[in-house]
Amino acid sequence: MLNSKLKLNKEVFQKDIELKSTREGFAAGLIEAAENNESILSLCADLKHSTKADLFENKFPNRYLEIGIAEQNMAGIAAGLALSGKIPFISSLAIFVPGRNWEQLRLSVCFSNANVKVIGTHAGLMHCYDGGMAQALEDIALTRVLPNMTVIEPIDYWQAKAVAKFAAKHKGPMYIRLGREGTPSITTEETPFDPENAQLLLEGEDITLISSGQITYEVLLAARELMSVHKIKPEVISMPVIKPLDEKTLLRSAKKTKKIITIENHQISGGLGSAISEVITENFPVHVHRMGMQDRFGESGKYHELLDKFGLSAHHIVNQVLNQIKKNE
Amino acid sequence: MPDTHLHCQNPTISALEVTANELRKTVIQMLLEAGSGHSAGSLGTADIFAALYFHVLNVDPKKPDWDDRDRFVLSNGHICPVWYATLSEKGFFPKKELWTLRKINSRLQGHPALNCLPGIENSSGSLGQGISQAVGMALAAKMDSKNYRVFVMTGDGELNEGQVWEAAMYAGNKDLNNLVWIIDRNYIQIDGRTEDVQPLENLREKLEAFNWFVIEVDGHNIEEIINACNMAKAVSQRPTAIIAHTIPGKGVEFMEYKVEWHGKAPNKSESMKALRDLRSLDGKISCEYD
Repeated sequence: MLNSKLKLNKEVFQKDIELKSTREGFAAGLIEAAENNESILSLCADLKHSTKADLFENKFPNRYLEIGIAEQNMAGIAAGLALSGKIPFISSLAIFVPGRNWEQLRLSVCFSNANVKVIGTHAGLMHCYDGGMAQALEDIALTRVLPNMTVIEPIDYWQAKAVAKFAAKHKGPMYIRLGREGTPSITTEETPFDPENAQLLLEGEDITLISSGQITYEVLLAARELMSVHKIKPEVISMPVIKPLDEKTLLRSAKKTKKIITIENHQISGGLGSAISEVITENFPVHVHRMGMQDRFGESGKYHELLDKFGLSAHHIVNQVLNQIKKNE
Repeated sequence: MPDTHLHCQNPTISALEVTANELRKTVIQMLLEAGSGHSAGSLGTADIFAALYFHVLNVDPKKPDWDDRDRFVLSNGHICPVWYATLSEKGFFPKKELWTLRKINSRLQGHPALNCLPGIENSSGSLGQGISQAVGMALAAKMDSKNYRVFVMTGDGELNEGQVWEAAMYAGNKDLNNLVWIIDRNYIQIDGRTEDVQPLENLREKLEAFNWFVIEVDGHNIEEIINACNMAKAVSQRPTAIIAHTIPGKGVEFMEYKVEWHGKAPNKSESMKALRDLRSLDGKISCEYD
């Protein structure tokens, strides 16, 4: 059912498939990029095992800087390093980076257009067990309003790996949002990653489903059910690059289906759904329904329990598609 | 007028004092022209800027981005009028541009913006961020085995910011003898005297506890400033903090020590009065500037 041009994973729906996270993919990609570029540095604020920066440290001990629990200082140091020709990747949990050091990212990094890569892991509900305090559901909103900042949330392990290599070459500030939990890989090592083009994972005609991040797997599960049970053909677009947004792919699909649902592991305000709504209202106003956290905080539980509780599981997506299609009949 | 001359090179201390006074006059004119801006810190640090840019720093206005240049990072960006005046005096950009401070389409932004004006090394204004930036630059120098030094200036009220102490704690435990932090200790901040708003003392002991080598100087004694910067070179395996005791508004009698001049620019008549004060430099220099 998936777009064959993208060389996607044919076994994505198999039950015993290996589950991997975007933080693992990113760490692997960064190490590969760093083999060929000595300017690449990794900085972490006392969470290197969580962010997987420890893998970088093991490989390049002299190019890893342990900053301690001081995210604001880390952003500033990274800016100074970048202004001196280095390519620092700073990492922590998304609640702290960009949560704790937003204003440092604004002034020391973005205002100076310093070449700093900002890695926030355990984003959204994937920081599941630690509860509402730890779940960064606002980080896309925080970063995408910053001039000069690129914002990317890869959908799976392989795409995260490709994003790391892209980030290493890209000049300028970038926020990369990564997940904690393992999910099936939708892409493969052969899937091309083009930052300028969103990926049309599944071509359809009845409604457009757009997501970023690992929650995209839920969207695919929903799409499969919609096709097999309800005979509905959704168009599924993965939009990992939230800023700058691929307006062309978005508008092409909007003109075709005239109905959009966005699905994100983030507050419905300020994130992917908002970004898409902005483009749609200005260019081709059709109905956009945003699925995400409804202006509330999360809580402790298993990742899938949280998705279920907050209305973001595959079956919620199926129901929402049915609602939207019914509304338009 | 002290007649001490440096042993190694010109310009002499007295010439640097004249330069500092020129910077102060320029600052007053800039602030008058701009109609807003921070007077006290700009005047109070003019001697430090003169010492740094006309004696200490290895910089070349013809090559502002030269890889091996010494870096000067201004953390308390609100005193940028004196930085701009200094950079212009040094030849980084034409003097006539100074009168565009805070005006539309100017490269002289109300707070320093990187990539805008030659000689500017960082963006600042939101307090507390400069030391971290300077630490990054100093670390990069060490990684690349380069000999350039990194100087960062902060205010003292700025030390209320937690990030300052994050950076101080980090740097104090690193082999960063190429890093010099100059604290403009003028005892004022916007809401009042530092020791009333949020006491900092004992500042020296605090910095020493963070493992910095600390030197206290009279921030208006250019020879002491230069000597401290030289002494910092000899310190091994840790950074140096220079607590520079200054008089806010230094050189303009009605501004000196006055909290209200922290964030205010002089009007026309105040500027005339200020320039008269500066032209006589407390009566020490008269003939040349009357």
